[in-house]
Amino acid sequence: MRLSNLGKGATGVVKGIDASAQDDSIGVGELERRLLEMGFVEGARFQVLHEGLIGRDPIAIKLDDMRVALRRREAQAILVEPPVKLAAE
Amino acid sequence: MSDTILPTRIALVGNPNSGKTALFNALTGARQKVANYPGVTVERKEGMVSTPGGRRVSVLDLPGTYSLRARSPDEVVTRDVVLGHLAGEASPEIIVCVADSTNLRLVLRLALELKKVGRPMMLALNMYDIAERQGIRIDIEGLSKALGVPVVTTVAVRKRGLDLLLQQVDLLAGNAGQAGTWHEPSASEIREAHREAERILRDYVKPPLRPDTWTGRLDGVLLHPVAGTIILMAILFLMFQAVFTWATPLMDLIDEGFTQLGALVAQYVPEGLLQSFISDGLIAGVGSVVVFLPQILILFFFIILLEDFGCVARAAFLMDRLMGVAGLHGRAFIPLLSSFACAIPGVMAARVIDNKRDRITTILVAPLTTCSARIPVYTLIIAAFIPDRQVWGFANLQGLVMFGLYAAGISSALIVAFIVRKLLWRSASEPFLIELPAYKMPDPKNVLRGVYTRGQVFLRRAGTTILSLMVLVWFLSTFPNAPAGATGPAIDYSFAGMLGRFLHPLFAPIGFSWQMVVALIPGMAAREVAVGALGTVYAVSGEIGEGTLGATLAAQWPLAAALSFLAWYVFAPQCLSTLAVVRRETGGWLWPSVMFGYMMALAYIASYITFHIASAWAG
Repeated sequence: MRLSNLGKGATGVVKGIDASAQDDSIGVGELERRLLEMGFVEGARFQVLHEGLIGRDPIAIKLDDMRVALRRREAQAILVEPPVKLAAE
Repeated sequence: MSDTILPTRIALVGNPNSGKTALFNALTGARQKVANYPGVTVERKEGMVSTPGGRRVSVLDLPGTYSLRARSPDEVVTRDVVLGHLAGEASPEIIVCVADSTNLRLVLRLALELKKVGRPMMLALNMYDIAERQGIRIDIEGLSKALGVPVVTTVAVRKRGLDLLLQQVDLLAGNAGQAGTWHEPSASEIREAHREAERILRDYVKPPLRPDTWTGRLDGVLLHPVAGTIILMAILFLMFQAVFTWATPLMDLIDEGFTQLGALVAQYVPEGLLQSFISDGLIAGVGSVVVFLPQILILFFFIILLEDFGCVARAAFLMDRLMGVAGLHGRAFIPLLSSFACAIPGVMAARVIDNKRDRITTILVAPLTTCSARIPVYTLIIAAFIPDRQVWGFANLQGLVMFGLYAAGISSALIVAFIVRKLLWRSASEPFLIELPAYKMPDPKNVLRGVYTRGQVFLRRAGTTILSLMVLVWFLSTFPNAPAGATGPAIDYSFAGMLGRFLHPLFAPIGFSWQMVVALIPGMAAREVAVGALGTVYAVSGEIGEGTLGATLAAQWPLAAALSFLAWYVFAPQCLSTLAVVRRETGGWLWPSVMFGYMMALAYIASYITFHIASAWAG
C-alpha cells in the first residue's frame, strides 16, 4: 500500500521508501533522502489530516509528533501499512 | 590567543521554525548587521554580544536547514560556512545547534550530523517554556551525555538561558575540536542516524503530558480546503484594506511635515538655484517617497506576523495546487508573497526552490506581483482619480481598486508562469515537501524588529539611491535654463523636456503626456521614484502652488491616461535593481532580457487596451 492512495483520516505506519517511479526531476535516490530527512522513516506513525481542494492534493500528514505537507506524487514513493495493534497499548 | 582583540565566532544552525532568529535577536539585540554573502544573495545576519567572562562574541545566524546536504543555495551557505568552505567567511569556532524543544526528532539527527564536522558544539533547547507547559520532560544531563555536547535550555523571547549559553561559549572557546569526518550521507546513513536520534529521544525525552491541541484544532479550520482558502483570502483582503486605511493619518502627517519644511526653506533661503535645489529637488523628492513608509511598515507587519504565526507554510499547502496549475511549486508562494514587499527579496527567496527550472519560472513572474514600491504610484493615482466612497455597504472604492490591481498582478503572474512552463519546458516539477510548524504566538519584539529592519532597508534606498536620482531628475529638469523671453514653463526647455518629448511619440498611443514619460525615465531605477519625479516635474513647472501633487495630477491628466498609467505600472519592468538581481541569480543577461522584453510588451498592451476602453467609456 502506498501513502498516495489514502484518504483523509487514514492512519498507519511507514514501511519503507520506494522512489523508483520518480527518478525524473531530482535524480535517483534524492527523493528518498529528502523523505528520510523529513521523518518518513520505517516505523513512523502517520495520520492523513487534510487533503487539498483540487484533486484532493496535496495532503497534510501528522507524522509522529510533527506535521508535514506533500503532494500525492511524492507520497507515491512512501510504502505504508495499517497500524499494528500493540498488545501493550 | 588574540581573544581580547578578535571576537569569538559562533554560528546558529537549526531547523526552520526553531526560533533561531528570535534567539539571535535576544542575544545581539540592536547590535546586528544585515548584509549579503559576497557573490550570492543569501542574507547574512551577524551580531555582537559579550559573555559573562568578558569575551566578545560575534554571532552568525545561518539559514535554517534539515541537513548539511544543502538542497538549496541558502542551505549551501549554511553548509559551506559550517565546513569553512565559503571564501571570505572564516569558519565558526563554535556551532550552536538551535532546537525547538517541542519538536526534537529531526533536529537531533541534524545535531548528530553537525557533530561530525568536528567543531566544538552545543545544543540550545529553545522554546523550553512551551515544552515545560506541555509537560515534555527532557533529561538534559542524559541528553548531553548521549550527544557528547553541552546542552542548555533557552527561552529566546523571555531572554532566559542566554547567560548559560554564553557561559558555555566561554567554556568551549579555544577548544580546537577534532578533525571533521563529515561527508554527504547516503540513504542508509540517514536511516542509521535517524535510528540513533530516535533512541536518544526515547531514552531522554518523555512525550508531552499535555500535548499542543491548538495546532490540530486550528489546522482543522485553516487547512480545510474551502474554509482555509476563504480565510486566507480574507486575511489578504484585510491586509490590503489596512495598508490603505490605517496608513492614511500617518501619511497625511508626514506629507504635512514635508510641505511645512519646504515652506520654511522658501522663507529663509533666497529665491534662486539653491532654494529650487533644496525644496524642489531634495525635500519634494525625498518627501514624496518617505510618505509611503507607513504603508510599507504595515505590509511587512502582516507578512512577518503570518510567518511567525506559522501561516506561511499553511498558505503554501493551500496554494500548492493552484500554483501547480500555473506550473509553479507550492513553495513559489513564499517568494511570490515576499514579492509583495519587493521583487528583489522575492527573486532571492526563489532560492528555496531547488529545481532550477522551477526557480527560473518563479523568478520571471515574481516582479509581476505587486511590490511595495508600486504602492506610492498606485496610491497617488487612486487618491487623485478614484472617489473615496463606500461601495456595497462595506468596502472602500479606493481599497477595492487597489485590491483589483493586486489581483491583476497575481493572476498575470500565474498566467505567465503557465505559459513559460508550456513554452520552455514540461518536465516534472520539484517535490513539494514542507513541514507545517506548530502554531506559535508571534513575539511582538521580534515582529517589531523585523518590521524595523525592513523599514530601515526601505529608507536606506529612499535615502541613497532615490535621493541621488531625485537630484539627477532635478538637474535634468532645471538645466539648461529657459532662454530669455521664454513663454512656457522652464522645464519645457530642459534636458528632461527634450527627452520626454523625444520619447513621447512612442507613448502617445497609450495616452501618456510627456511629463509622464519624463517620470518613467528615473522610474526605471525604482518604481517609487516615479512619484518623486512627477513631484519634481510638476513642482518645477510651477504648478504645485494650488495643492498637493495628487490635485495637480487630477487637474492635468484625463482619467483614461491615469488608468493607463496604473496599467503600465502593473506590468512594466520599471526597476533596474530587480533586473540586476535576476542577472546575478540566473548567472547571465539571458533571463533579465527575457523578463524586460515580456514585461514591456505586456505593459504596453495593457495600457493600450486600458486607455482606449477608458477613453471610449468616458466619451
